[in-house]
This record gives sequence, C-alpha cells and structure tokens, in this order.
Amino acid sequence: MSGTFVGMPGFHPHGLPAFPEAAREAVRDTTLRGNLRHATHTIRAKRARAVAEVADWAELREAGKRIKDHTLRHLDHYLVRLEESVTAAGGTVHWAADAEEANRIVTRLVKETGESEVVKVKSMATQETGLNEALEAEGIRAYETDLAELIVQLGKDRPSHILVPAIHRNRGEIRDVFRTEMGAWGRPAPEGLTDTPAELAEAARLHLREKFLRAKVGVSGANFMIAETGTLVVVESEGNGRMCLTLPETLISVVGIEKTVPTWRDLEVFLQTLPRSSTAERMNPYTSTWTGTTDGDGPRVFHLVLLDNGRTDTLADEVGRQALRCIRCSACLNVCPVYERAGGHAYGSVYPGPIGAILSPQLRGTGSEIDASLPYASSLCGACYEVCPVAIDIPEVLVHLRERVVQGGPAVRGGNKVVLKPAKGHAAERAAMRAARWAFGRPGALRTGQRLASRTRRLHPRTLPGPGRAWTGSRDLPPVPAEPFRDWWQRTQGGDGGIGGIGGKGAVK
Amino acid sequence: MSSRERILGRVRRALADVPKDDTPYERAVRRDYAREHGRRTAEQTVDLLAENLADYRAIVHRTGTDGLAGVVAGLLRERGASSVLVPPGLDEGWLAATGVTRVADRAESTPHELDRVSSVVTACAVAIAETGTLVLDGSPDQGRRRITLVPDHHICVVRVPDQVVSSVPQALERLDPARPLTWISGPSATSDIELDRVEGVHGPRTLEVVLVG
Repeated sequence: MSGTFVGMPGFHPHGLPAFPEAAREAVRDTTLRGNLRHATHTIRAKRARAVAEVADWAELREAGKRIKDHTLRHLDHYLVRLEESVTAAGGTVHWAADAEEANRIVTRLVKETGESEVVKVKSMATQETGLNEALEAEGIRAYETDLAELIVQLGKDRPSHILVPAIHRNRGEIRDVFRTEMGAWGRPAPEGLTDTPAELAEAARLHLREKFLRAKVGVSGANFMIAETGTLVVVESEGNGRMCLTLPETLISVVGIEKTVPTWRDLEVFLQTLPRSSTAERMNPYTSTWTGTTDGDGPRVFHLVLLDNGRTDTLADEVGRQALRCIRCSACLNVCPVYERAGGHAYGSVYPGPIGAILSPQLRGTGSEIDASLPYASSLCGACYEVCPVAIDIPEVLVHLRERVVQGGPAVRGGNKVVLKPAKGHAAERAAMRAARWAFGRPGALRTGQRLASRTRRLHPRTLPGPGRAWTGSRDLPPVPAEPFRDWWQRTQGGDGGIGGIGGKGAVK
Repeated sequence: MSSRERILGRVRRALADVPKDDTPYERAVRRDYAREHGRRTAEQTVDLLAENLADYRAIVHRTGTDGLAGVVAGLLRERGASSVLVPPGLDEGWLAATGVTRVADRAESTPHELDRVSSVVTACAVAIAETGTLVLDGSPDQGRRRITLVPDHHICVVRVPDQVVSSVPQALERLDPARPLTWISGPSATSDIELDRVEGVHGPRTLEVVLVG
C-alpha cells in the first residue's frame, strides 16, 4: 500500500523537517515576515467588515456546518447520487483512491485527446496529487493560470497559502519573477514592467491570453458538487477559471469527495459565506456553474475524477472528520498568529495554517516528522475557530491529534484499521507522567519527595537538563515553595493559624 | 475490486457510527437565516443594485425603454468599438441606433476570432442587489458563455425592477441548475498581489450595466 501523498514533490512529507525546525528559518526572514504581516492584516480587517454586513452570519455558519455534516454522515449515498446526476447530464465519472491513481486517470484522458498541453484553474486537489509533475513526466505541459499560481510556477516556488499561493512574495519580487521567467514559458513580460499591481496583472493577462485561446484541454477542481443536479461550481476572481471551463473542448475536473453537497439550494448558504470569508467580498467577481455538457456552449467532453487520497481515513475519525467540512476559504490562515510568523512553507503541505495542521496529519497520517509535529503548530488561541464559516473546531481536533501522536491508538490508514505506536519523541514526557502516577498513588513517597524538594530548593537549576531542556528553553521552572502544601495545612489547620486562608473567613464566626 | 467499490466501501466502514435512522436532510439543516437582508421597496432594491455594482467598479447607467438604443449606441461610440458580438435572441431594438459591425454568436467561431471583437451586448437572467451580481444563463438573449468572456468590453442590460432580486437565496430560486450559469460581480479582478484587490485580469476589464425600466 502506498502512503498518501499530499503535495508537490517538495512537499513529500518524508524527509521534510518538523514544523519548529522549518519555522525557525522562516521567522528569521524579515522580508517574508513583513510580506505576511502586511497581507494577513489587510485581509483581516476587510473580512471583519464583510461579515459584519450580514446580520444572520451565525445562522448561515450553523447552516453551513449542518449541511456539510449531514453530507459527510451519508457520503456514500450522496456520492452515488452525484455520479448518477453527472452521468445523466453527459459527464463521465472516474474514481481515484489515491493521488497516483488520480494522476494516472488524468494523464490517460489528456493523452486520449492527442494534446500535449493543458490549462489549469487553481485547484487544491491537483496540487495535492502533484498532477503537474506527473503530467510533465509524460510529456504534457500544464499551465497554471491563476495569477498567484502562475507566480509560483514561474518562480519554481512552493505555494504558501490556500487562496493566494504567492502570499509570501511582495510586488517587487513578483515583478522580478515575471521579468526573468515569463519568456521561457511563452510571451515575455512587457518592456519596462514596474511593480504596480495593475501592471503585473496586465502582464499576466497578456502572457496567458495566447494559452487560453489555443487550449484544447482544461483541468479544474471545484468548490462544490451538487449531488441532486450533478452541478459543479467554481468560485473565482480573475476570469482564468471561466477561460479554462468554457474555451477548451475537453474539461477534466479533479475534486475531493468531501466537496459534495446535497441540493442546489445549499448554495444559498455557501455563496454567501465563502466570498466574505475568503476575499472579504460581498461576492467574488465570477462564479461558474455547469451540469455535464451543454450543446454548443463550452466543452463537449466532461470528465469528473472523484478523489479519496486519505479523505475516507479522515472520515473514520469521529472527532477529526469535521476537518472535511472545510470549504478552503483560508480565513483561518489569515487570523493565525503562528501562520503570520512562520509562513506557509513550514507546514510542509499544500494545506498550510490551522486547517493544514489538522488536515495534513489526517490525510497523510502522523508517520512523518512534519505530520507528527503539525498538531503542535498552534497556540490553541481559537481565532481560527471563531472565523471558520463552517465552524470547524480546529483547537479541538488539534488536541485530539496531539493525543494520537503521543499515545498512539486505533486509526484508519488507506482504508485499513491500524494501531498507531506512541511517538518516540515523547518518551521523556511519558516517563515523567508515569513517575507522577506512581508518586500520586503513594502518599508516603510523595511526602518524602516533596520535603526533599523543598529542602534542596536553593540547589535547583533554572533550566532542566537532558530531554527537559527543550521545555525550559522558553519557560522558567516554577519555584518550589519552602514548605510542601500538605505540611503547611497540617501546621496551620488550613490557615486558621492566622495566615488568612479561606477557612479564616467563615461567616459563622 | 474497482476504485469505486473500494472508496464507497471505505466510506461505509468509516461511517459505522452513524445510525440507520439518522436525522434526515430536511430536519438536519436548520434554515433560520434570512431570505433577504432588510426590507426595501422595489425601487430601493434597484438603487442598492446600482450602488453595489458601482462599488465593485462596474459602470452603471439608467434609462427608460425609449432611451435604451441611444444609451447602447453611445457606450459603443465612447468605447471606439469597431465590432459588437450579438447573441441570437437579443432584442434588435437595443442596437437600432448604432452602425457598429455586428458579429453573430456562432458555434464555429474560434476563440481567436472572438478575441478580435471589441464589445458584446447581452441581457441577463437575474440580478442580485445585495451583492451587486448579474447572472447569465445562456438564454438566447445572452448567448454562449464565451462571448461575455473574451471581448474586453461587456454591456449588460438589466430590466428593472422585474429582473432584480434582493438576495442570493432569492436568485437561486429563479435559476435553473441545468443551464450553464455565469455569476458576474464587477469586472474581472484579483487579490493575488499582497491580498489587495486590483481590477482587470482575464475577463472583460470594462463592465457596463444598463438598468432599463
């Protein structure tokens, strides 16, 4: 059985450093921190305003949560329904158990058209499967057409944000990438390109135009799939989505199975909550919906590839499955104090930030260093939960996953039940807990130990030696009192001796 | 075993905790959110549409039925348009006052041919006031999706107040999911550079909306 692969080759979890190590480097990069701070703070305030405009936000959020939960609880039913509807509307449905199978299916479908290039709408699912690299290996070139994806692709970079994969780049860096790299991929950047966002957008328009106009095959993801009608929905801003969805003759959409919702009417919730949470707009500039194929309008051939790749394993966890409600708005990234400082790359996955910290270790398992460390990439402040438009309790899942990492226990991997071993790195903590359990069960030993600790307090070091060093690296050891509590209690009868404990304030006196 | 069976099998095993008599869809989802936000007269709803369209940089014009042909002709003239794409079912009267070369929306037109056309004039299926959104559904007066995408200048005519609804839920009730839909809220834009909105990427960079009625 192959491990689930979430991301481009650079994101293969095995061999990636653990989060704290990866973050250390990012935190020292002052340009990166400046870029992230500027972008996340800009969008935070705007999102708050966009959300405040709708008085029934809490009700919309609750409805979104319930729609997704209900769908997940009956996912087999809705997937079969979706397949029927898409097929009836003229589409062909394929099922991919993992990334490799999804890439194999798409490669075959592209080859069957006889084409050697595809235009792509931004899609998390195909980033997750590493589709571009798989196509490249088969001699098919995939052009990313979302502006931020284009910046990442041209810069041979890795995405660092769900909505704005090039958020770690400022306008000056983007101009440099365009100037030096566009020529190798097609139309070069205009002479004298400056770093004003409008000029950069214009450069992308000119560069991609020729690719859109000649494209025969489009590859997309989808924000929603409607089981009842077989309709797919893509929410976007630039129009590159519309280009890829309507100009090519063949459209291949790769979509995670959790993107299913039951009915057309359910869109009335998500088309209100997604744009406001994501780009902080009342509505994003373009939303496309299509149901199979339409005679004379748009692609004549439509393929839908339904992707599992660890989603059913996530579904098997009753606490963790709520992560599958995610509609990829990225509001949680924008408010996260850890993301703001560490940036997206440190998360070692196409899903960074708080949602990534609970999604990646579930999709990929906690076997690698990075995945075992992700549940700790949080201060548990809860800001992510506050802004989540489908009310995913990210802190709850983080704590749940920490427990799984430390204690091990039953889980599902690749559809099979497994028992995870406790993580090695936590041996010292477990030993300390075992010692505490032993001592608290033996009052005599505890008393002796406490007295010993009090008497030797002047000799205590300020930091712990050995495996405890990391813990005291950023904390002070609590001082040990001169007298153990129980001795004090016995000596003073709980404060009646005049020190003024609770007992001394009795109303009866 | 096919991947279909494998995935569906995994889903069913993963959901072993869900009881057979789990709450059905109708009762599982409480829909106590608003059908529309605030109470407005039909006229106020049209005003809100105009305001929100303009807020996202669409250029809004208002006219009576009699003035429509003149307004459309004026917009094409100001733009310096040399040709205009015309969906098959567009009301001929809308273009009665302009001599700009008409290009029919034909299935055989290549994207490159569409790229050489200056402007496009269409109707719409419904407009949403609260979000400043126009929805096109490919009806004969709106044409194929690509004709409102490739040309750089889109003039969209909205019949007010009949085609205007307040909210997203009201719009969805009026729309047919079997048709390919395009929801348009302002001209193409991006937030990809420093999360700041810039108008004008791949779709029409100029969106003019004529509210007629």
